[in-house]
Amino acid sequence: MATTTPNKQQMTQQSWYKRNEIAVTPWLFLIPGIAMFMLYVILPVFQSFYLSLFEWNGLGSLADNGEYVGLEHYQKLFSNDRAFNISLWNNLKWLIFYLLAIPAGLMVALFLNQKVFGIRLYKSLFFFPFVISQIVVGLVFTWFYDPQFGLSNWLIGLVGIPPINILGNPTTATYGIIAAGLWPQTAYCMILYLTGLNAVDPEQVEAARLDGAKGRKMLWYIIIPQLKPATFIAFVVTIIGALRSFDLISIMTNGGPFGSTRVLSFYMFEKSLSEYGFRMGYGAAIAVVLFLIMLVFIAYFLWSMYQDEKAAKH
Amino acid sequence: MFPKPIEKSSRRVQIGYQMVLPVVMLLWLAPLLAVAAFSIRPGVDFTVGNYWGLPSSFEFLANYGQVFNSSMPQYILNSFVITVPTVIGAVALSCMTGFALGVYRFKGNLLIFFMFIAGNFIPFQILMVPVRDLTLDMGLYNTKTGLILFHVAFQTGFCTLFMRNFIRALPFELIEAARVEGIAEWRIFWYIVLPLMKPAIAALSVLIFTFIWNDYFWAIVLTTGENAQPVTAGITSFNAQFRAMYHLMSAGSIIAALPPVAMFFLMQKHFIAGLTLGAVK
Repeated sequence: MATTTPNKQQMTQQSWYKRNEIAVTPWLFLIPGIAMFMLYVILPVFQSFYLSLFEWNGLGSLADNGEYVGLEHYQKLFSNDRAFNISLWNNLKWLIFYLLAIPAGLMVALFLNQKVFGIRLYKSLFFFPFVISQIVVGLVFTWFYDPQFGLSNWLIGLVGIPPINILGNPTTATYGIIAAGLWPQTAYCMILYLTGLNAVDPEQVEAARLDGAKGRKMLWYIIIPQLKPATFIAFVVTIIGALRSFDLISIMTNGGPFGSTRVLSFYMFEKSLSEYGFRMGYGAAIAVVLFLIMLVFIAYFLWSMYQDEKAAKH
Repeated sequence: MFPKPIEKSSRRVQIGYQMVLPVVMLLWLAPLLAVAAFSIRPGVDFTVGNYWGLPSSFEFLANYGQVFNSSMPQYILNSFVITVPTVIGAVALSCMTGFALGVYRFKGNLLIFFMFIAGNFIPFQILMVPVRDLTLDMGLYNTKTGLILFHVAFQTGFCTLFMRNFIRALPFELIEAARVEGIAEWRIFWYIVLPLMKPAIAALSVLIFTFIWNDYFWAIVLTTGENAQPVTAGITSFNAQFRAMYHLMSAGSIIAALPPVAMFFLMQKHFIAGLTLGAVK
């Protein structure tokens, strides 16, 4: 660990201290960050795993008041917990439909990738929804959907369609929330693609144009391959965002109607920290399941980043 | 450039594009504009069902004045007191971790780096109960400090990813030259690397400001009262207080959303630079 890369000639003249300085310095710089991250992020993951084996109401210490139940919570989750089932399905819906933000963002980016007067302002205004908190987005869309005074129902009323109570109907509520989530997420993907489009190699585009490629063909064969880094990041942030969805659900429907809009993250909170009870162990088991789902994606992201690192090694 | 620059199209297409732009933008922002329109109406409009007609009077000052007479200013202040130290803490920590991981080669470098990235992606819920217990044990439950400490720790993951990649792209020869001169490592950090990191620090600060300002989950897990809750959590109690008074709830939402929006418009260049780091190779 004491070996360093710089100049070989220098090394022989360097004192013992100087050589160790280079070996020790990174650790000194890392200690505060690692310590905080360990305490608040890494250790809690393992604690949650452990906690999920207990029945515990959060009062007193786990050692005194917790009752060891082994894998009972998991058994219960997968055999007879309807709410858990609904949450899992809703997570799947979120995953699938939230990804629409990627093509939608690309389309908006293509639409805005021009140089006309005031286009910078338009780009900022399109990006705007991403900057506001999900709580405000949630409120805004709750009112937007409102069957009594919502803008959406006023608009469809203009063409003679009677009002729809999107958030009040168990079959449509989740889709209504996802649509609200797509609003800021599309803006995010749009900005990623605008930056990506900026870096598209103009020579390749010209060459393809000379070869007669245009429109959809050009987009598919020339542009989209060059946007791969942007697409990768859009994919990462959208998947993570879909699985993290909590704020919108909490503010728009609070899991209802009849628990139909719950997702794992929300159900976990409901079980362990709301008026429905303080079942910390059961909640931890739900969190573990969510974590394991996320882990599949995290492993994939890390793997592709590792490939990049290997390729970039100097 | 793709799609084809509009300047190369016919005059008709150009004018058409310029006319479609504002219409599409209005549609895109319609849900928000609706709330803005609500926030200047008098309360009576809602009781008589005049939602979309002309407001019977303009009550901009009265509505927003009432928001400022509620607990909203306290929540906004809390948000600032939570957000600013978090930004400073997370950026400071990650300048150090980013420097260590970006400049030095040692066993475990990539492993530690990946630990930070992975930690940054995990669902909050798996941290919830242990972090809440930890905060309770430290006597920091329902304090701003408790929230700040967690945010600093968690954001260090993303910030390290950002800083490390930024430092990797700096010319390594600078550091080597300094080493040949026999400059101490911490001086290299302070006098050579840190000044070069200014754009990254600016970009990251704006980004983290927005992330933390908009946090809701940890606000409701770690705080409960008006003394500590940030505005994202406070707005629900605000709305409970003014239930069904949509003109006030709308004005409250607008106020709550304003600081990160202002931040974005003032620091747009840095914000977008931060967000799109890695979107191009």
